[in-house]
Amino acid sequence: MGFPGFVAAFAAVIVLMVIPLVGVWAANMTTFFGVVVPYAAIAIFLAGLVIRVIKWGQSPVPFRIPTTCGQEKSMPWIKTNCIDNPTNNFTVLIRMALEILCFRSLFRNTAMDFREGRVYYGSAKWLWLFALAFHYSFLVVLLRHLRFFTDPIPFFVTLLENLDGFFEIGLFPFTWLPGMMLSGMVLLGAASYLFLRRIVIPQVRYISLTNDWFPLLLIIHIAATGVLMRYLIKVDITAVKELTMGIVTFNAKAPEGIGVLFYIHVFLVGTLLAYFPFSKLMHAPGIFLSPTRNLANNSRAVRHVNPWNPKVKTHDYEEYEEEFRELMVEAGLPVDKPLEEGAE
Amino acid sequence: MATPKPEILSQVNHRPPWFTGWMDKPLEIKPGTFCYAANPKSVDYVGLPHAHAWDPTAEDWKLPPDWKNIVLNGMRDRLKRFRSFQLFMDICVRCGACADKCHFFIGTGDPRNMPVLRAELLRSVYRGEFTLAGQLMARMVGARKLTEKVLKEWWYYFFQCTECRRCSVFCPYGIDTAEITIMGRELLNLLGLNIDWIATPVANCFRTGNHLGLQPHTYKENAEFLLADIAEYVGVDIEPHFNRKGAEILFITPSGDIFADPGIYTYMGYMMLFDHIGLDYTWSTYASEGGNFGFFTSNEMMKRLNAKMYAEAKRLGVKWILGGECGHMWRVINQYMDTMNGPANFLEAPKSPITGTVFENARSTKMVHISEFTADLIRHGKLKLDPSRNDHLRVTFHDSCNPARGMGMLEEPRYVIENVCNHFYEMPEGTIKEQTFCCGGGAGLNAGEYDLARMQGGMPRASAVRYVHEKFGVNTLACVCAVDRATLPPLMEYWAPEVKVVGVTELVANALVMDGENERESNLRGEELPIEVMDEETEE
Ligand code: HEM
Ligand code: SF4
Ligand code: SF4
Repeated sequence: MGFPGFVAAFAAVIVLMVIPLVGVWAANMTTFFGVVVPYAAIAIFLAGLVIRVIKWGQSPVPFRIPTTCGQEKSMPWIKTNCIDNPTNNFTVLIRMALEILCFRSLFRNTAMDFREGRVYYGSAKWLWLFALAFHYSFLVVLLRHLRFFTDPIPFFVTLLENLDGFFEIGLFPFTWLPGMMLSGMVLLGAASYLFLRRIVIPQVRYISLTNDWFPLLLIIHIAATGVLMRYLIKVDITAVKELTMGIVTFNAKAPEGIGVLFYIHVFLVGTLLAYFPFSKLMHAPGIFLSPTRNLANNSRAVRHVNPWNPKVKTHDYEEYEEEFRELMVEAGLPVDKPLEEGAE
Repeated sequence: MATPKPEILSQVNHRPPWFTGWMDKPLEIKPGTFCYAANPKSVDYVGLPHAHAWDPTAEDWKLPPDWKNIVLNGMRDRLKRFRSFQLFMDICVRCGACADKCHFFIGTGDPRNMPVLRAELLRSVYRGEFTLAGQLMARMVGARKLTEKVLKEWWYYFFQCTECRRCSVFCPYGIDTAEITIMGRELLNLLGLNIDWIATPVANCFRTGNHLGLQPHTYKENAEFLLADIAEYVGVDIEPHFNRKGAEILFITPSGDIFADPGIYTYMGYMMLFDHIGLDYTWSTYASEGGNFGFFTSNEMMKRLNAKMYAEAKRLGVKWILGGECGHMWRVINQYMDTMNGPANFLEAPKSPITGTVFENARSTKMVHISEFTADLIRHGKLKLDPSRNDHLRVTFHDSCNPARGMGMLEEPRYVIENVCNHFYEMPEGTIKEQTFCCGGGAGLNAGEYDLARMQGGMPRASAVRYVHEKFGVNTLACVCAVDRATLPPLMEYWAPEVKVVGVTELVANALVMDGENERESNLRGEELPIEVMDEETEE
């Protein structure tokens, strides 16, 4: 935990890289690392994801508890903030889209500056910026990988590649590198930022678990091995495509001579996939179900139903009057049963 | 224990250590930062389990022998009943966005007061007891077993969270640590581990209808004292109505306001306002508490106390319910009441008898907030107001956590204030509206013995008030919450002694020009109005 957690996570990633290195280099287990591992990882990922989401879905939402972050809808002459305080499904949809596509809540982030009992708040957009860069570059990288799994390659993948590569303006000092893709670099950069902030910011360091360092380190190494394969230690791309197409057509065979770096890359990706459903990476599907975000703040206008609404013992008015009738009559308070009947 | 001086509390270290993890940090239950244990009689009165006497600072909390099973089964059960709980156990990425958003962390620097760690106190047990990874690799995945130390940690830190939801505004997934605290407190209540400042009000509310335990005749007498003050300062005689069948509207507000300074001035304000517009309404001694201390205990207890509102509305045959100024009361009404105790089909959609406005936003719950109601009155020009009577006040407004983040009532009280006061100033961005800071004593934590924690937790709020005091000469902090009226005065006394706390309806009443009133020489507090104020009045 805290900083020591980083050491454990780093060791784990190294071990995960050594396993395929030894397995493929020394034992030539290409079928295991090229075919068995990917299938197993995908199976664990899908099954785990489905089971987890079903489990969430089975817990009901007893109360309507959106966090309202703007003016409610009350009277027509007061301007409602329909996005941060949605009152119907459509505005909830807008709120959710902004959360998921733009990380709206993270955008609100402020940084506290504490001096001598005075609290100051500054804007703090770096986490938002790098988290956004991280996720979008991750998405682009993911989509670009579709070219390995499709034949013919869909137009949007090619388009994406062209756009991504459009920025391949020879970046000093890497001017000699071929077909530089922006997304890979951004992914690596943003992930490194997220990683460094975990070390540098004392509070974040303190709350970080091995479980927080591990996925970041894993992704950094995935991206790094990917970038290496593309630019420096080339692997046989035709052979790779043969393998990946084999995987999607359920006819997989590991061809000879792909290069061990590829197997390392694949093994790390497989680990990420298999790890996903059992980890905090489940925040991705989770945000869709978050009751403080995906519900309308209309529980005064439309009754929300709790499926397990409990029967409870209350203290009803009769019991109350029974206890205090005399005092109430004396004080001139109206009573339901006159005193003569109540007192024998 | 005396609370240290502000200069000392101003020194806070927010940097946790490099190498020791939070699980290894010993638990220190410090005087001034915990509330007394629940009186077993109160726990027992409402039939909550395992009422027993215990001392939070003692080693032995006298837990039942099978306490661990009780808690774990309680967790299992709640994970199945609350998606929020299940989801929030699973999806936190520990990004730390919420860390410095909690007033208790800002004020104490105790890392376990970072919302994320407060939640991890419970999450670590979830992982350790309910997930495979947690059982295999405990430490690595931040998992641990439920032990007595863990339980004590829960107690200490779940009663050091005011369920204000500020953290949930900033979380990218909307994780609401208040929700986790609520669950944690439910679990502690399974073992009789409530605090007395909640347990005894709960028992009082259950029996007498209000948290102070005022019996019906006392409640009425108190109101009559306040009416006598109105007669003296305003010169208007007002007829009170209690438990009156056939009234059009039932009015419910927190009982703190009938009892303690400065809430009583708001209470007087309500009576004057309703008299001024000739409202056909009644108070109830049975449903004489707007606040809901059950909310800080368990959802069932909340339901049991809240049930009185609809029950009394039905018995009296009113058309709808009007609710006074209160914080968590309004979260309960807005987000829970109809679900728990509705549908209230015996009531009608609320319609202001004065302006004819139908409050569509409350058409199912049938309960309207006094600030919504008053704003509507002012908008329609139904109040005769002389805001210059408040000219000696430079006012700022404290958004209470729950109306802000569990409802979104931000503009209505501001509209009211701006119509009854000429000098209104906002506190800085980031400390108001949905980002407002807690008073430091919400969710049942405004106990006297908890003073140190309250001064620490209230520091961010006070710091913003001090800022507008220095910049604009603000001398008045307005609020729409009875808990605020109890917690903010000592907080101001401590951090910004020049600033007084008032209720919004008190400001309204001071500006209200009532039929047959005498020349106002003092406000409702009996304080003489400054002479300049009267001069300005005549100039106009
Ligand atoms: C939809 C809204 C989403 C939001 C608001 C969000 C937010 C975040 C944030 C703030 C982090 C930073 C963690 C850190 O500081 O270390 C993070 C990490 C991450 N997210 Fe997301 N995320 C979202 C969706 C997704 C999706 C769809 C994926 C799909 C794979 C994903 C995968 C990851 C991964 C792999 C990490 C890095 C691992 C780590 O930090 O542990 N996220 N996310
Ligand atoms: S902001 Fe949300 S995800 Fe980030 S640490 Fe806090 S609770 Fe966890
Ligand atoms: S709800 Fe409020 S008091 Fe509780 S952890 Fe969040 S910010 Fe802190």
